[in-house]
Amino acid sequence: MLAFFTYCSVLFIPIIIATIVIYGTIKNVPTFEAFVEGSKEGVSIVLSILPFLIGMLVAIYMFRASGAMDILVNLFSPLFTLFGIPKEVAPLAFVKSISGTASLGLVSELIAKYGPDSLIGRLASTIQGSSDTTLFIITVYFGSVGIKKIGDSLKVGLLADFLGILTSVFFVYIFFY
Amino acid sequence: MVNYIWGGMIIISVICGVINGTIEEVNKAAFEGAKEAVTISIGLISVLMLWMGLMEIAQKAGIIESLSKFFQPAVGFIFPEVPKNHPAMGYMVSNMIANMFGLGNAATPLGLKAMDELQSLNKNKEEASRSMITFLAINTSSVTLVPTTVISLRMTYGSASPTDIVLTTILASLVATIGAIIIDWLFYKKRSRRERR
Repeated sequence: MLAFFTYCSVLFIPIIIATIVIYGTIKNVPTFEAFVEGSKEGVSIVLSILPFLIGMLVAIYMFRASGAMDILVNLFSPLFTLFGIPKEVAPLAFVKSISGTASLGLVSELIAKYGPDSLIGRLASTIQGSSDTTLFIITVYFGSVGIKKIGDSLKVGLLADFLGILTSVFFVYIFFY
Repeated sequence: MVNYIWGGMIIISVICGVINGTIEEVNKAAFEGAKEAVTISIGLISVLMLWMGLMEIAQKAGIIESLSKFFQPAVGFIFPEVPKNHPAMGYMVSNMIANMFGLGNAATPLGLKAMDELQSLNKNKEEASRSMITFLAINTSSVTLVPTTVISLRMTYGSASPTDIVLTTILASLVATIGAIIIDWLFYKKRSRRERR
């Protein structure tokens, strides 16, 4: 099963690349010239994202190193347990939206400690797979086009993340217990 | 708001660092964070340049336009401010598809292209448009069909069936995505009510 999935995902990208090039050739697009032209944009996009990324990651790293993140997690964890989220997984629910590396680290820790097929392990896996790092996406996507006022983005993103965690808990309980 | 969150995080970190005696780690972390940002960006350069190049071909060949047309009926109502068959729609749809299949490194460039197109439609270039907020809401709660990283993690720790969380993941992210669209719509309603006053 997994081998099939990995094979498909390995096959997927070369097929997409080939399709684009074949289609372009049929439509008489100067493929190589178009590629070079589009590729140029890549550099300027990265340069426009970089300051946003540095600002955000410096703050997150400092926050984590100072122990403030742990304090915040401990403060909010009881709130999460009110919604039926086990206290072992509560930190993950909190960190998930803020830092991708930190949450992946937490997930592997939980899986290693409680086993991948335990309630905690399955819950951590589902939560990790079902949402993206909201803060990272907002920083990178808005940074790339120079948006300064992000409107309701953060609120909407965080609420959706929370909903994702609640539904993960719900479906894991329904399917496995 | 971002300014307050950012400033707050840094100030709290330094205060916490002094109280907890972790100020040395905080000091180190500031530079580690900056370094990590550069590392991520360098990783992004190659991926972005490759996909941006391919997407230029795709756009010139009319693939993006066909995708916009094809998915217009399905996605159009979520983005009422994007004109019919606009390339922004094609990029957003491609981004969602790439996310679904776990092709993270193709999804980011597509998403950035979509943002670029949305920005060209945006009236106030410094402020996020309604479509951008909706697009990011969907993006952060992306529907995943095969969560590859998690599956391989589960295999590493000797799971009896590493893929048994696939279904719960799909369902959870599907509900979260629909929820995100609804939450976003509610916030939009609130905004427009305030503006009318």
